[in-house]
Parts: sequence; structure tokens; C-alpha cells
Amino acid sequence: MQQYLDSLIAQWGIQAGWQVTLVYAAGMLTFAVIVLLLWVAPLAGFTSFVERRIAARMQSRVGPNRVGPNGILQWIADGLKCLLKEDLIPKDADAMLFKVAPYLVFLGMFGTFVVLPFSEKLIISDLNVGIFYILAVTSFVAVGIIMAGWSSNNKWALLGGMRSANQIISYEIPTGMALLTVVLASGTMSTQGIIQQQGWLPWEWNIFRTPFLFMAFFIYFIAALAEANRTPFDLPEGESELVAGYNTEYSGMRFALFFLAEWANLYVIAAIATMTFMGGWNVPAAVPESVRTLVQVLFFIGKSFFWIFVMIWIRWTLPRVRVDQMMELCWKYLVPMSFVGLLGTATWEAFVPRDNPLARAVSIALFAVALLLAVRFVMRVRYNLRETQARIHLNPIV
Amino acid sequence: MATLRTQEMELNMGPHHPSTHGVIRFILRTDGEVVSECKPDVGYLHRSIEKIGELCTYNGFMPYTDRVDYVAAMNANFAYALAVEKLAGIECPRRGDLLRIITAELGRISSHLIAVGTMAMDVGAITPFPYALRERERVNDLLEEICGARLTFNYHRIGGVGWDMPEGWDKKVLKFCDNFARITDEFDRLITKNHIFIERLGEVVVIPAEDAIDFGLSGPNLRASGVDFDLRRDEPYSLYKELEFEVPVGMDGPGYAVGDCYNRFVVRVHEMRESLRIVRQCVAKLPETAGENPIPKPKNFKVKENECYVRSEAPRGEMGIYVVSDGSDKAWRYRARTGSFTAMGAVEHLSAGIMLADLVALVASFDVVAPEIDR
Repeated sequence: MQQYLDSLIAQWGIQAGWQVTLVYAAGMLTFAVIVLLLWVAPLAGFTSFVERRIAARMQSRVGPNRVGPNGILQWIADGLKCLLKEDLIPKDADAMLFKVAPYLVFLGMFGTFVVLPFSEKLIISDLNVGIFYILAVTSFVAVGIIMAGWSSNNKWALLGGMRSANQIISYEIPTGMALLTVVLASGTMSTQGIIQQQGWLPWEWNIFRTPFLFMAFFIYFIAALAEANRTPFDLPEGESELVAGYNTEYSGMRFALFFLAEWANLYVIAAIATMTFMGGWNVPAAVPESVRTLVQVLFFIGKSFFWIFVMIWIRWTLPRVRVDQMMELCWKYLVPMSFVGLLGTATWEAFVPRDNPLARAVSIALFAVALLLAVRFVMRVRYNLRETQARIHLNPIV
Repeated sequence: MATLRTQEMELNMGPHHPSTHGVIRFILRTDGEVVSECKPDVGYLHRSIEKIGELCTYNGFMPYTDRVDYVAAMNANFAYALAVEKLAGIECPRRGDLLRIITAELGRISSHLIAVGTMAMDVGAITPFPYALRERERVNDLLEEICGARLTFNYHRIGGVGWDMPEGWDKKVLKFCDNFARITDEFDRLITKNHIFIERLGEVVVIPAEDAIDFGLSGPNLRASGVDFDLRRDEPYSLYKELEFEVPVGMDGPGYAVGDCYNRFVVRVHEMRESLRIVRQCVAKLPETAGENPIPKPKNFKVKENECYVRSEAPRGEMGIYVVSDGSDKAWRYRARTGSFTAMGAVEHLSAGIMLADLVALVASFDVVAPEIDR
């Protein structure tokens, strides 16, 4: 990226000075717009389509299947509809804050894409404070949501905004702690650095490295669900209680921006889980050099979409918790457990060397435990299907 | 430094709100999320049905009773038919009674399906609702086949039913029963035994038995508080005397207690199972009455001066019909007592100090339906 800009500058014969900065800025902006158009928006759109179709299947419905082949272009139709709708601002709303809020939410989500890798080479910027940057930039979301809730001049929106604020701020602690555990074990904050330390086999992943990291993964996943306002923690927009929460008064494109951010956030959570715990883009050494990048991208996105599927699955299965129960879960269970994980990892790293056979045995044992849990789960599902004599449609085309 | 002071917020929940189950308005005073006062404001769906009852002939009023409680129209039909029959001394043929009980119990199942489905939805679990609606559609298919309508049935008549059952309908009912027994078990696995669900509803707004009686709660709401009272068993009308069924009441358990929102949910799920038993028994009795004509002659009749109050067990609790006749072919006074109305009266007393989310659960657990409150 930088090399390309440097060559351009040399070609145009621009001397050092403010013009160079301008070219850099223009280059970065263009790149950002390209990423936004070609990656984030379609990704969020596609995720929304996937979510609606999976939800429909879980509820014995069909789901969107009209726009484009099998409804796959539904998100474009929805986006166009939102663009054409009137952009309403309530009469007594704080117009300035009301307008800015969705952009802040979107910015917080979009900013994280800077450090999310897709392969060994495909990454916008491999910051040496990658994880720290993610935690910092996602805090914009909380600000945006409080602004939206406050400026709408609607009591339901205010309640939603306040719920969201205390939820996001509380759950940032276990999220940060769980990621810090990984940083402690890896010795680096760079996202690429963390991935490079893992292997492509499951027992070489961070999640199975020590029991404490195994625990940290679940803490991270639960806390991330809460930070993203997903069921069972969707209190800020809990429809049956707060009408629509902080986005009650929004319409048109501003409304769509909230949802774009929400679905893009699904990918962000899944991608962070993939790169910190699940081995990221690591592929077998046997993959030839020519297709390596492609296979790496497929591995990364495949793993990420698995976690997106899990989140969708949870959302359409579980009821919502109450505000006090949500806080209790965070402060009484997740925060102490994440501290235990942190201290445990520190001890482990101090006493167990990286490549000793004991560490490898522990990894394989943890992997076996996870496998057993998966088998038990599959058997349970089979029992349920047998009892209900349900007919399942695995064919994705309806 | 001045002491920190918080201000109470006045909040309108409704008339348009996703969880008020129709057009009901609650005027809340809240301190943050905690409700300090909740006044239900009913009457948005008032259609003067009781006055219309004084303007129509006895037979002509039957379609209006569908609108008293459109989620369980069969049971409202049934209650009105029973009242006028008692008032005028009309006998119903045995086949008519059987068909009435079958349809009324199917109506109870479809009404409870809505109740448990929306209750799960109000605490955030959306998937049980389409499951419940899917089964409700199957009930509606059966009822459509026997009377031609899917919502406002207008099936029961004074002294019988509107139409005899079509050929092979009883087989279809039995097939539905077999399928539905499995579905209730699936429903249990999906939501009833869900840990978060029990956490959300268990020990929330516990109503002790004495309070439940004092508030005038009836039906499943009363039984969830541990009062073992069911009009079908304790004051049997129609043919309920011959039928065997259990009356589920609220129970204590891990995480829940008698009289809480969770018990109001579970009692309804169990009642669906008992209704299936009743339907099966009635279908088994149907062949005995083959050849009987359950359809009364459609004629206008006059009733000499008299009055009567008949109560029956509707899905939302006791439905009492009070009819006064004055010798003409129209009722002089018609009055309905419905379960939802008294339940709404209890909301104000029960809601002080609970959280907003619990208020939603409380209203959902009473299974109120706006037209039944306002009539």
C-alpha cells in the first residue's frame, strides 16, 4: 500500500511537504472506501441474509427467497429501500447528536477491520498494538448508542441507550481480560503475531493450549455476545420491553447504518475469536505456494462463519435475561473467572515451557474433552429429532 | 453538597407497544428500570358487545360472541349457548354436546398455544412462537373443516351445533392428537425446561392463593396459585361429568414457586395435554350417537320473564354469562364476566417495585387479550 503510494509520488514528481501528506490521506481514504464498498457492506448484507434464512429454517418458515437467486440479493433490496425512505428527525430531538450517532456506531465497527487479517499477507495494517486498538476503537459504539438514546427525546430510546451503556462498559472488562490472557500467552499484541504462534492442527490452537485459555475462550465469547447486544443479552433493543430500544426513532439510512454495524459486528466478533483462539489463517504446510493465500482466506472466513452461525443459533433459541441477571453474570462470574484465567496463564507460562511433551499432552487432552462435548451434543440432537419425528430439510434451496 | 436526587419518570406503555397484547395502555411511573406504579388503562377496544346483545335475537347474537374473545371463539360460543339454553329450558342432543366439547377443547388448545407462545416471545425467545402458531394452524384446519371459519367460528347453536361433522373428521382429530402429544414434549424441551427461561419467570410476582382468590383471578391464573378449582370438574356442565381429566395446579420446584409467572406458564402447557385427553374421550363416544341430528331448527323463539347466570371454564378463566329475558325474542340484559378483565385489575397491585421486564412477563403470564377485557 505504502509502496504503491510512494511510487505514485515519485511518478508525479511531488517533493516532500504537505502535498505528500495529502496524497497519503487521499490514498488511505480511497482504500477505506474500497474496503467499505467491496467488503464490509456486502459482508454485513450477506450475514443478514444468512441470519434470516437460518432463523427461518429454525422456525419452520422459508425466509427471504424472492430477490435474486434464492433471495441472496435481499440485502441490496433492503438497503435501497432504506436509502429511499424519508430521513426523519423528531421535532424535539437534539438534531446534531441524533445525526452523528449512527456514524459513530458504524465507525467503531468499521475501525476494527484495519487490524483483522485474512491471510498471511492480506491485512490492512499489522499494528503492534492490534488487540489494544480493537478494544479501544469498539468503545465508539457505546458512545454512539448513548448519543442515539439520549438525543432521540424518547423515553424508550433513553432506557435502551442507558441499558446499552452499562452493558457494554461492564462487559468490556471480561472481554479485555480474556484477550489479555491470550496476549500474555503469546507475548505479542499484534494480530498477525498471535496467529503465527499457532499451528493449523486443532491442538496447536490457543484455545486448547492451556485449561486457562480454554476457559478464556468461553468468557470472551459470552462477553462479546453481550457487547454486541445479541440474544440472550439483547436488552438494549429488547423488542417486547423497549419497543426497539435506542433506535426507536430512527428511519431510513441512519436506521440501516445501525443494522449494518450490528451485522458487521457479528463478523468482527467471530474474526477475533478465530484469530486469537482458533488458529486464524494457519493452513497445512503442504498447501502449494500459488494457492496459499486463497486457502488461508478460505480457512479464516470458514472458521469465522462457523462462529457467526453459532451466534445466530443462540439468538434464535434462547430467551433474554433480565438487567440484574445480566449484571450479576458479568460481575459475579465472568470478571472473577477472567482474573483467574489471567493469573493461571501467567503461572503456566512461567513454569511450563512451550514445547515440552507435557504441554502437548494437555493440549491433546483438552481437544479430546471438546470433542466429547461435541459428540454428546450431537447425540442429544439426534434423540430430540427421533422423539419429535421431525422432518429436516438440509437442502438450502427452497 | 446537596444529596443526589432521582426523579421518577412517567412512561406510557401502549396503546401501541409490542407486548401489550392488543390495544391496552399502562401508565407507568418508573425509577429507572424499577416500576413504582402501573395503572392499566383499558377500554381502547370497547365495542359495546353487551349492548348489542340486547338488540339482537337470541340466535342472532351468536356471531357476536365470537368477538368477545377472538382467540378462543369456540369457548365464548359455548358459554353463551349454555346460558340461553338454561334460560329457555332447551335441551341439547348428546351428539351436539360431544361436538361442542371437542371443538371447545380444540379451541382451548389453540388459545393456550397463543398464550405460551407469546409469553416466550415476551421474555425474548422468538422461536417457540412460530412453533406454537404452526400447531395452531393445524387446529384451525380442523375447525375450518367443521364450520368453515378459522377465527370467528360461529359454530355452536342454542340447542346444538351449526353443522354435523364431515365424514372422517374424527379420524383427523385423532391424528392431530397423536401428533400434538409429541409437540408438547418438544415444546417442553425447547423452552419450558430452559434454564434462562426459568430464571426469568421463576419466583417473579408470586401471587399467594388467598390473594389470587381476592383479586378474582380465575382459570389457569388461579390454579397456578395452587387453588385446585376447575369449573369443568367442580361444577360440571354439558357432558364434562362423564369425562376423566386431571386439573393441573401450580407446584414448587427448583427455581420456581407456587403462584409465580413460571407456574402460570406450566399450568397452561399441562392443560393442553389434558384437553387432548378430553378430545380423545369425546371422539371415542361419537359413534354411539351416530344418526342423531345435532342441528337445531333455526327458529326465532321467545323466552318468558326469567334470568340466569351460567359460568363455564374458558381458556382465560371463568366466563360467566348473565342473561335477563322479558318475554320477547331478545334478551333484556346481557352481561359477560371474563377472566382477563379481573386479571387486569390485579396488575396495579402486583406491579409496585418490580422491574420493567418483569411487568412484561406478568402481563404475558395473565394471558390477557384486549377484546376480552373491553368487550
